[in-house]
Formats: sequence, C-alpha cells, structure tokens
Amino acid sequence: MSGLSSSRRRGGGAGWLAAAPLLLVTLVAFGIPVVVLVVGAFSVKGGGLGFDNLTATMKQPYIGALGSSLKLSAVVALGGTVLGAFLAQAVLTSRSGLLREAVLTASGVLANFGGVPLAFIWIATLGNSGVVTAALGLGSGALYNFWGLALVYMYFSVPLMVLVIAPALDGLKPQWREAAQNNGASTWQFWRMVGIPVLGPSLLGGAVLLFGGAFAAYATAAAMVGASVPLVTLQIADALTGNVLIGYENIALALSLDMIVIALLVMAVYLPMQKRSSRWLA
Amino acid sequence: MAGVTWRRVTLGVAGVYFLVPLAIAVWFTVYNDTQGFSLGAYGRIVSAPGFTESLLKSLLLGVAVIVLVLLLALPALLAVRLGAPGLRPVLETITTLPLIVPPITYVVGIANALRGGTDALAATPFWQTIISIQDENFPVVLVLAYVMLALPFAYRSLDTGLRAIDVRTLVEAARNLGASWPYVLFRVILPNLRSAVAGASFLSLALVMGEYTIAALMGYRTFPVWIVTVSGNDGQLSVALSVLSLGLIWLLLLTLSGAGRKSK
Repeated sequence: MSGLSSSRRRGGGAGWLAAAPLLLVTLVAFGIPVVVLVVGAFSVKGGGLGFDNLTATMKQPYIGALGSSLKLSAVVALGGTVLGAFLAQAVLTSRSGLLREAVLTASGVLANFGGVPLAFIWIATLGNSGVVTAALGLGSGALYNFWGLALVYMYFSVPLMVLVIAPALDGLKPQWREAAQNNGASTWQFWRMVGIPVLGPSLLGGAVLLFGGAFAAYATAAAMVGASVPLVTLQIADALTGNVLIGYENIALALSLDMIVIALLVMAVYLPMQKRSSRWLA
Repeated sequence: MAGVTWRRVTLGVAGVYFLVPLAIAVWFTVYNDTQGFSLGAYGRIVSAPGFTESLLKSLLLGVAVIVLVLLLALPALLAVRLGAPGLRPVLETITTLPLIVPPITYVVGIANALRGGTDALAATPFWQTIISIQDENFPVVLVLAYVMLALPFAYRSLDTGLRAIDVRTLVEAARNLGASWPYVLFRVILPNLRSAVAGASFLSLALVMGEYTIAALMGYRTFPVWIVTVSGNDGQLSVALSVLSLGLIWLLLLTLSGAGRKSK
C-alpha cells in the first residue's frame, strides 16, 4: 500500500465510493434473500440448526425430481450442443450472407423466447388437439412427457448454442484446414486433431450454459406438463405456494440450496472454459 | 458433394423444427373451422380485461429498472477505469450471481426474507416501509429483483461500449476545463456511449417484459403473468398472445441492432 502515491490512493477511495450504491443494493437485494435462504435451509422444526431439511430432499419424492431435472438438463445440453454446432457450421459455410444474417438474427430472438408463450406455441402444434398431432395421428399426451419437454427446451437451447459457437467457428482459420490437408489429413482427422480441440472450450462452455438454462427453467414446464414430469423447479414452486402440506416451506429452501450448489458446480466448469476459449479467438 | 448433402439435411431439419410450430401458431390464431379466416383473436387481446393495466405496469417497471441499472452500473464501471481496478473482480462476481441463483430459488429467498422481515419489524417504524415496497401497483421488491437479473446483461453491454472510448483522456480533459462530475457524466461520457446504453436498456426491458417466475410466485400481475391468467380456456387468444410476445422480442432486438449500427 505504501508504494501507491497519495493521488492514486484518493482515486481508489473515490472509485469505491462511486460503486457504493451498486454494492449496497446488491447486499440488500441479493445478500439478504440468499442468507435467509441458507439459514432457512438449515433451520430445523422446533428451533436450532441441522441437516433435517437437506436430508429430506435426498429422499423421495424430492430426489426423484432432482434426478429428473438433472437428466432433462443433460439431454438438452448434449442435444442442443451437437445440433447447434452442426447448424452453425452449415450456416457459416453456406456462403450465403443472407442465410447467415437471417439465422443469426432468428437465433437471437429464439434464444430469448421462453416461458409460457413457448409452451402455448408447442401445445398448438403437438398438444392433444394440436395440428401436427391430428395430421400424424399421434395419441394424446405425445408432448406432455419427459421427451416432449426436452423437444420444447431445444427450441431455445439450439439457437443459444448457435450464438455461442458461431464466433468460435469463425475463428477457425482456413489456413489450419489447408495445412492439415496438405499434410494428408482426412476431414475426420482435421476435426479430431485440430477443430474439436480448438472449439472444445467454446463447446463445453456452451453446453454448460444450456445445462444451466434447462435446469433453471420453470414457466414452460409449469404450463406444459404440470405435475406429470417431476422437476425440482416445480417442486419448489409447489412448496412455496402451499400446494402441499403446511410446514414444507423449509423443504423449498433446502431444495433451493440444492439447486444453487449444483449451479455453483456448473459455473465452476463454465468460467475457466470461457477464459480459455477467448484466448483462441483473440 | 458429401459436404453439400449434410448441409442441406441439417438446414432442412432445422427449418422444419423451427418454422413449422411458428407457422402453425400463426395459422391457428387467424383461422378456425367455424368462422373461417379472422383476425378476431388479436382484437380480443386489446379488449381483454386488464390488458392496458398490466402492460402499463410492466412498462413502468421496465423504465424504473433501466434507470436504476444505469445509475448503479455506470459510475462503478467508470471507477474501474479511473483508478480503482481492484473493483473489477467484485463487479464480475456480482454480475455472475444471477447465473448461480436461478430465479425460482431467488424468489424463495425473497419471499422468506419478506415474511421474516414483516414479522420481525411489526413493532417498529420500518414495518410501514417493508409493506410499502410490496405495493401491488409499484412493487419496489420486483424492481430490485429485476435490477439484479438485468445487471449481467447491462454490465457486459456497457463494458463493451466503454472499451471503445478513451475514458481517462475524456474525463481528464473535461475536468481540466472545469466541468463538474455530473456534466462529465451526462454531456461527455453518455453521448459517446449511446449504443451501449441503448443495448443495456433494451436488454433490461426485454427481461422485464418476459419474466414470469418471480412475478407470478409473488402474486404480481405483470404483463407476462397477465398473459397466462387471461388465456384461460381461450386457446386462440393464448396463442395470439404468444405470437405477440415473440414479435415483441424480435422488435426489441431489431431496435437494439439498429441502435448499435447507427453509432458506428
């Protein structure tokens, strides 16, 4: 500290003062709810602290909902990553500027389209009296199950992957491909030994983002499947709004803490990946 | 040739998957077997009870969130560049929080904090405060929650904008010429940041106009919540509202990229 000049130190002090309102609002609007949530999750009936609520979330029906949410997020992350990457590569290599522009704009719109309106549009298409359901003679309930939900979640996940991966694909220099070809590499060898390693951090970072989005989604699932697919977000909402027995509020808090821990693990993978991918694209 | 085939198949499958539900949704809203072709569903949106009220409430919330986000984020971001680089990791952490705490868990925390706070403060003068921030017509708690959710987007947009200008030189030049700090902020920095500010504002507005989970679980009738309650049994109306909200996102993004392009 002694190495800093006095004017420099004064600048730092004024800087923290300028940021004070932001820090204060964050402390109140984010800090208080999170502290209340954590303390509540560890509060046991009858006073005192303990692990009762958290161990309760590790039993049925909660552990099933947690597993189902994780499975859905994994399916959406894997499917969205593969399909999004293929779509982005198809669009970027098509040489049509119009197609590229149209797909990237549409991806921006659809990646932000979610919630209940998304559910309504798919219900009109594949719901029990949906147009495609009738045309293909599908039975009722074709959409209202685990795979139906995954199909609908792809509608915002694939466009998000396109947006994430497009800059990385643009960063793959044509010279690398030519160099590989001149050395006798096949297309498969190029992708395995050059393309995928360079794209790796972006792909993994994008997959993590899709996982988080699907894991946190609530409104679409609530409007579409109600309780027929158990998900942790639906369980939390039920416990919060009193759709279950009284006294289960702390279960909602404990389930929320479970979700935050999982999201923390997810971010612990995402942030280093983001740093690594930006190194290649510089 | 194989390259051309896989590209066509990929684009074809994607085209069917993304466009068919949209086409069906639009068709569904303008045609039915009994009435034939009609734009009635879109007319019913405007006349549905609560439309103006909830739309105005969401727009008001949106404006409040935009103003607050800019007032909180801009000074902090300027400070990072003007002598407090130690702030950067703090800001990065703050803007990562909403990714770690999903909205559904955030609302659980808020609801419990409010319930506990109302009980604990019942006998003190602060009781009135905690009641008034939950006012149905202008819920301050919702504004604060949305500010936290909007910060990551606004922060990145403003940070990118600030990267393009030499903040230190501009500020020092203006200060040496005797400009006050508010003058520097509003007449020197902001005009150079127009597209970044527009970007941050539109992203915040899009968030407020689309957020359902927190508002619904706290019982506030914002526009996205109204969409769900008014749909009820009117299938055509609910799909028309969905098409409308997709159009709204599209319009916001279009304005956003337009604002970004004009300044270049």
